[in-house]
Amino acid sequence: MSINATLLGQAISFALFVWFCMKFVWPPLMSAIEERQKKIADGLEAANRAAKDLELAQAKAGDQLKDAKAQAAEIIDAANKRKNQIVDEAKTEAETERAKIIAQGEAEVEAERNRAKEELRKQLAVLAIAGAEKIIERSVDEAANADIVDKLVAEL
Amino acid sequence: MAAQGEVLTASGYIQHHLTNLAVGEGFWTWHIDSLLFSVGLGAFFLWLFRKVGTKATTGVPGKLQCFVEMLVEFVDGVVKDSFHGRNPVIAPLGLTIFVWVFLMNLMDLIPVDFIPHAAALMGVPYLKIVPTTDLNVTLGLSLSVFALIVYYSIKVKGVKGFTKEMTLNPFNHWALIPVNLVLESVTLIAKPISLALRLFGNLYAGELIFILIALLPWWSQFVLSVPWAIFHILVIVLQAFIFMMLTIVYLSMAHEDH
Repeated sequence: MSINATLLGQAISFALFVWFCMKFVWPPLMSAIEERQKKIADGLEAANRAAKDLELAQAKAGDQLKDAKAQAAEIIDAANKRKNQIVDEAKTEAETERAKIIAQGEAEVEAERNRAKEELRKQLAVLAIAGAEKIIERSVDEAANADIVDKLVAEL
Repeated sequence: MAAQGEVLTASGYIQHHLTNLAVGEGFWTWHIDSLLFSVGLGAFFLWLFRKVGTKATTGVPGKLQCFVEMLVEFVDGVVKDSFHGRNPVIAPLGLTIFVWVFLMNLMDLIPVDFIPHAAALMGVPYLKIVPTTDLNVTLGLSLSVFALIVYYSIKVKGVKGFTKEMTLNPFNHWALIPVNLVLESVTLIAKPISLALRLFGNLYAGELIFILIALLPWWSQFVLSVPWAIFHILVIVLQAFIFMMLTIVYLSMAHEDH
């Protein structure tokens, strides 16, 4: 075991190997690694962005849904209001119609009664006259008592 | 595994396993096996990673690409955590050290006799297949790192700044410049020495224990070699990681301007 020229040979080959490694081995490997790292980083970033986009879209969809719900509720409200209004209108109309019909009926009934009254009065007058005639027939002249009979008829 | 007339004794066996296949004389001795295996493994690492790198898709990666990218990202993360500065060399340097040292350490898990015996049959007398059990290899790595430390220290802080750091730390007084110089030099020199000796020591000891286990009767070896090998899986990864980590930390310190 002695120090000899092997040392020099080793040192020279070492220098050559390092030079070769630096020139031809390291750069392609490193560039491949770095490129792949960049690719992976890009991919991760894209995934992140997609997730964010999705979140945004979901939020938007939620907002739209809420809007739609609110709109629907508004429409239903309006419809309800309109329905109530229509029902009310119909009710008042019916009410007036009913009142009208009742009033007409009452008026007719009144007219009928008046006519009947008049009829009755006339017949009563006739009857009274007939009765009076029967009584007076025996005593008085019809013409002399006509004013009394007329007065009687007017009083009835 | 006696070769060239060595007697097959325990010490001879161990000695044989710890001898490199060498050519040359004196300092100009070359450990052919260490160089062959380390360069081969380094080339394998670069070929594999280059292949994956050129075919790398940015879509869904295959299993091999995943594994390679895991290593690259791991080293890149360590560098980003511990190295505060901009230097395109540090991360590839760390990756090269980590994978290369790991592969060299991995040779330790191949049973000690397999490849040397096959080589002996082909007429190769000695073969040490774990490059990191050769002190020359680990020193070669750590001294290269040391050169980088000095280079970046001077580049970032300038000659003046580096001299200042060497002479006015930790005692900021002109009279204590020699003391500071000695202290800082020791600190500086200790970095590559400890780096090399730690890796070498761990792997050398591990290899030696595998060789010792191989001296047992063949039917009892697995009782010890299997647990040791499993434990060693941890050691080889850990040592590769420590070498890379300390390199990054040392270079980070070299970049820090006081």
